[in-house]
Amino acid sequence: MNLITVSGPPSSGKTAVILKTAESLKKRGIKLGAVKFDCLHTDDDVAYEKAGIPVKKGLSGQLCPDHYFVSNIEAVVEWGLAEDFDLLVSESAGLCNRCSPYIKEIKAICVIDNLSGINTPKKIGPMLRMADIVVITKGDIVSQAEREVFAARVHAVNPSAIVMHINGLTGQGAYELSTLLFDSGKKIDSLKGMKLRFSMPSALCSYCLGETRIGESYQMGNVRKINLEKK
Amino acid sequence: MASKEVLLMSNMLKLKEIYPFLETFFDQQPGELFKQEDLTLQQILLEMEESGSEDNVFDATLFVDQLQEFIQQMEAFTGVSSQSVDVLTILPGKDKSGNAETFDALHFRKSTITSIVGPTGSGKSRLLADIEWVAQADTPTARTILVNNEKPTVDWRFASGKKLVAQLSQNMNFVMDLSVREFLELHASSRMIAGAAEIVERIIHAANELAGEKFSGETPITSLSGGQSRALMIADTAMLSSSPVVLIDEIENAGIDRKKALQILTGEEKIVLMATHDPILALMADQRIVIKNGGIHRVVQTSAAEKNMLEGLEEADRKLQTLRTKLRAGESIVDQSF
Repeated sequence: MNLITVSGPPSSGKTAVILKTAESLKKRGIKLGAVKFDCLHTDDDVAYEKAGIPVKKGLSGQLCPDHYFVSNIEAVVEWGLAEDFDLLVSESAGLCNRCSPYIKEIKAICVIDNLSGINTPKKIGPMLRMADIVVITKGDIVSQAEREVFAARVHAVNPSAIVMHINGLTGQGAYELSTLLFDSGKKIDSLKGMKLRFSMPSALCSYCLGETRIGESYQMGNVRKINLEKK
Repeated sequence: MASKEVLLMSNMLKLKEIYPFLETFFDQQPGELFKQEDLTLQQILLEMEESGSEDNVFDATLFVDQLQEFIQQMEAFTGVSSQSVDVLTILPGKDKSGNAETFDALHFRKSTITSIVGPTGSGKSRLLADIEWVAQADTPTARTILVNNEKPTVDWRFASGKKLVAQLSQNMNFVMDLSVREFLELHASSRMIAGAAEIVERIIHAANELAGEKFSGETPITSLSGGQSRALMIADTAMLSSSPVVLIDEIENAGIDRKKALQILTGEEKIVLMATHDPILALMADQRIVIKNGGIHRVVQTSAAEKNMLEGLEEADRKLQTLRTKLRAGESIVDQSF
């Protein structure tokens, strides 16, 4: 089985891109499964089911979705192997832009959209900087110049990635992406021993453990202060 | 390219002097350290590590690799940008039912216009995607695309900043909060070309020639009218886009001089493809391709008889435009010729 991880800011078009790409993969006889990681709520599992793709969903609740992802991806891979998929797609929303959900040796795709603003590429951390493929969506509603500027910024942030433009509504570009995803030589049978490409966002303070009161004396553990001094 | 050691020992000022395009690259790095021009790259990397690479979300090894990759790509890019696409060729594939397309080879030369006709869903997007992906009999249509009569290199597919097709459609809007001039300067800087200031002024001038209502370089792009926006997008794509092929999805018949718009594009040596069902636009094209059931069904050269009709059609169109202008101005619209 192949595993690919897809991530990107909320509402950037991850699910639409995956579903359009899946159409082409299915035509080639590739058996596909999906897992959707989100924070509080998702209906995307319904969209996968409608498309005939077996899906599992995981909601991280009050935990960082990245941490939740990495603690569960191994079990999800086992599920995928048991279901005998050729390709398992893990989709996770990047909520804080510090997200780092990619695994070494596992193909990583970042989906971002033209509407998010040209300063966005710089603001996103490993999720964009360490992706193998960057998919840019919503190009059909902005000007050619804006598309070019946005793509140039993405390129400066991650010069090694393949940058592709996909229209999540019409699927234009999705066939092309599908040709880059399945690699019969990249089969895995476990994630044991593999490593993340970069450390995940960390936090371990009293608020992580449910503290709600505000004030110095309630702040314990990994706490950091804003610098308000004059420059 | 300079070796890793040389890069590390050079200060920021020196690096930007040797590779002016690195300005963009350093701009996109986290933190403030990359702005200190007297520091060597080595010093910056050490400081980044010391201040905690996990906080900075910074991986020095990856950074150096990506820096070298960026330099390599940009050097290659500036080398080939002078190499123009004179002709694009489509070799036949098949339609949705598997029937072979019947043309031998379809050529699109620079400074020519080809119109594309066919109902929605007939396969126009697929045709465009084939060109953009420089298909090598490896897409659902099994078409093959040649660039300058040769099998194209893969960087047309994968290299950022080297895309065959620029697109213009009626659904596109400006979304940035910038003035016209700032916007064009931003686009020019992303292209890293010489003489940007002059090109920016040329674009503003050309766009004003196209638009019915004038606008200045200080106008915010989001407050341009539909016609003005389209005019600016066309002039910008003609003069500042790196893509040799321009696909236009209809040009609305209001607030913009469509004939001049096409002339600007062909004047800048673009290969123009235009999806349209407007007879005036279709006849302005040198040839038109008819798409049916996912395949190219026919290729029609615009005949002399058709070209002869163009003048009459344009005359009728002008009359209609005049009436529209009068109507807008609140005048009576009686015209004896109707």
